[in-house]
Amino acid sequence: MQGYYPLFTAIPLGFAFFNLLAAKVSKKASDVIAFIATAVLAVLAVRMLFEQPFAYHVGNWRAPYGILLVSDGLSTMMLVIINVIGFLAVVYSLKYMTTYTAKPKYYTLYLLMMAGMNGVVITGDMFNLYVFLEIASIASYALVGFGCEKNELEASFKYLILGGVASTAILFGIAFLYAMTGTLNMPDMAVQLEAIGINHAVGFVLALFIMGFGLKASSVPFHAWLPDAHPSAPAPISAMLSGVLIKALGVYAIARILYNVFGPDAMISSIVMFLGALSMLVGVFLAVGQSDFKRMLAYHSISQMGYVMMGLGLGLNPRVDPAVAALGLFGGLFHLVNHAVFKSCLFLCSGSYEYRTGTRDKHEMGGLVRRMPVTSVTCSIASLSISGIPPFNGFWSKLIIIVAFLRAGYTVYGAIAALVAFMTLISFVRLQSSVLFGKLPQRFAKIREAPFAMTAPLVVLAAMCLGIGIAYPWIDRGMLAAARDALLDKMAYIGWLGNP
Amino acid sequence: MVLYFLSLVLFVMGLYCLVAKRNIVKKIIGIVIIEYSINLFLVLVGYRSGGVAPIVLKGMSRSEVAAHGVDPLPQALVLTSIVIGLGLLALMVAICLRLYEKHKTFDMSEINRLRG
Repeated sequence: MQGYYPLFTAIPLGFAFFNLLAAKVSKKASDVIAFIATAVLAVLAVRMLFEQPFAYHVGNWRAPYGILLVSDGLSTMMLVIINVIGFLAVVYSLKYMTTYTAKPKYYTLYLLMMAGMNGVVITGDMFNLYVFLEIASIASYALVGFGCEKNELEASFKYLILGGVASTAILFGIAFLYAMTGTLNMPDMAVQLEAIGINHAVGFVLALFIMGFGLKASSVPFHAWLPDAHPSAPAPISAMLSGVLIKALGVYAIARILYNVFGPDAMISSIVMFLGALSMLVGVFLAVGQSDFKRMLAYHSISQMGYVMMGLGLGLNPRVDPAVAALGLFGGLFHLVNHAVFKSCLFLCSGSYEYRTGTRDKHEMGGLVRRMPVTSVTCSIASLSISGIPPFNGFWSKLIIIVAFLRAGYTVYGAIAALVAFMTLISFVRLQSSVLFGKLPQRFAKIREAPFAMTAPLVVLAAMCLGIGIAYPWIDRGMLAAARDALLDKMAYIGWLGNP
Repeated sequence: MVLYFLSLVLFVMGLYCLVAKRNIVKKIIGIVIIEYSINLFLVLVGYRSGGVAPIVLKGMSRSEVAAHGVDPLPQALVLTSIVIGLGLLALMVAICLRLYEKHKTFDMSEINRLRG
């Protein structure tokens, strides 16, 4: 498997190119190509779970000079999320995207986005990370505006401007780091930064990174693009943006840099925890009043990412007991996986409802459980998961985060997390009562269940919500623990440098 | 030191253009100015006053080039960053034209319908 590691970016990049050529010959070809490419990627990603960690040297150049690709617990976890959810979203797109024109171009952009995200999580080189980040971002700007109507274009332009500024801030930070350390290799940079310590320049870089990656992760002061961009995009893209993109480009990148390159620090920890708590509160309060189904889900994404940020922040704090810090980090990573599963399920459900009813306003819907049972049951399961009802997966991760904060002595943060969980529950109960139950409007009396290609991914995702929740005690020691250890063990990351 | 400061001034000018101007074409120009300020900064990181091009010519030893040459890595980074900037610019202009087709105006305050 080691020799195949670059395929995670090579396959989607190559197929994105051939897809457009094949579309000239046959319209159906691009469906088949996108399906095969993402299926192969998903299989490869799941196989990575059984690999030992390794480092891959691109072109056989030695570590500080050439580009390094690193495979450890964290990148494996992210690869599994990206590629499995990416595959399910493509299956969904097969039918859903027939309502749009230019399907081959959609698949090309989609595969480019996958290539960028896979690249971000496998690379161990700072500038390489920036390049892949920009590939994924530019593809996602175009995908948000794919509908080419007034709202879509405006949301896309807004996202593009804010994302462009964030990318330049990240590049500015990378240039600063290069000026200080004289290297772009991330393990090497960690070694050099240990000698420098935290001075004003490092503080400035941190500010730039928190702003740049925080915007990609839609943390609260930088969240303005997300509630516009997610509802405007086609449903599979909303699912990918909310379920995967903000995690791979934002949370993964900031976690990797803060933990493995800069190392734990009390000041950074309190900033990240504060941003997380702020995101949770602001996101959930804005979500309660929304009537647009997808817009409400988008605000909940902001609030749920707050949990992840808070967990990551607690893990960065060197002053709390290491066992508690590790528990907080574990909760954050677990919630990241859970959010990817249930939020992509919810966005796909909203797409199915829109596909059949033609509206996204939840007050216009009602009683749909009778007409669209499969979609509605999966929607209910995902809603219960996000609200933190046992035995679904969201319950465990929220519980772990709250317990970790209480044990660390941050009672206020723990109380905020509990309050936000309660508000989320209220919000989703209202959603359920207005969409699934109540009176079926006359004009929806004849609608049918969504096609199989659209319900199958929903069923798989809902089964994952339930499965992860019930199997929690067993996966405790698997993928997630490996990801947590990879983040906490900075020395092991530096070890990928090899012998200079 | 003054040169680094100038690239920061350029950055702030671009940011001002982005925030204060309502015309979306001017906003795009603002983004491009910001990008160029970063590119300038990257080149300056590798600059060395009185340096030579980092190419080993006949009759020069490697240590001589290492002692007098400028750092070639930021130049490679700048090239990559310019290409990425071009991709972004093309997309921005395309969306801007589509917006003009729909609204018949470049004024952001008239286009603005989404609330964030």
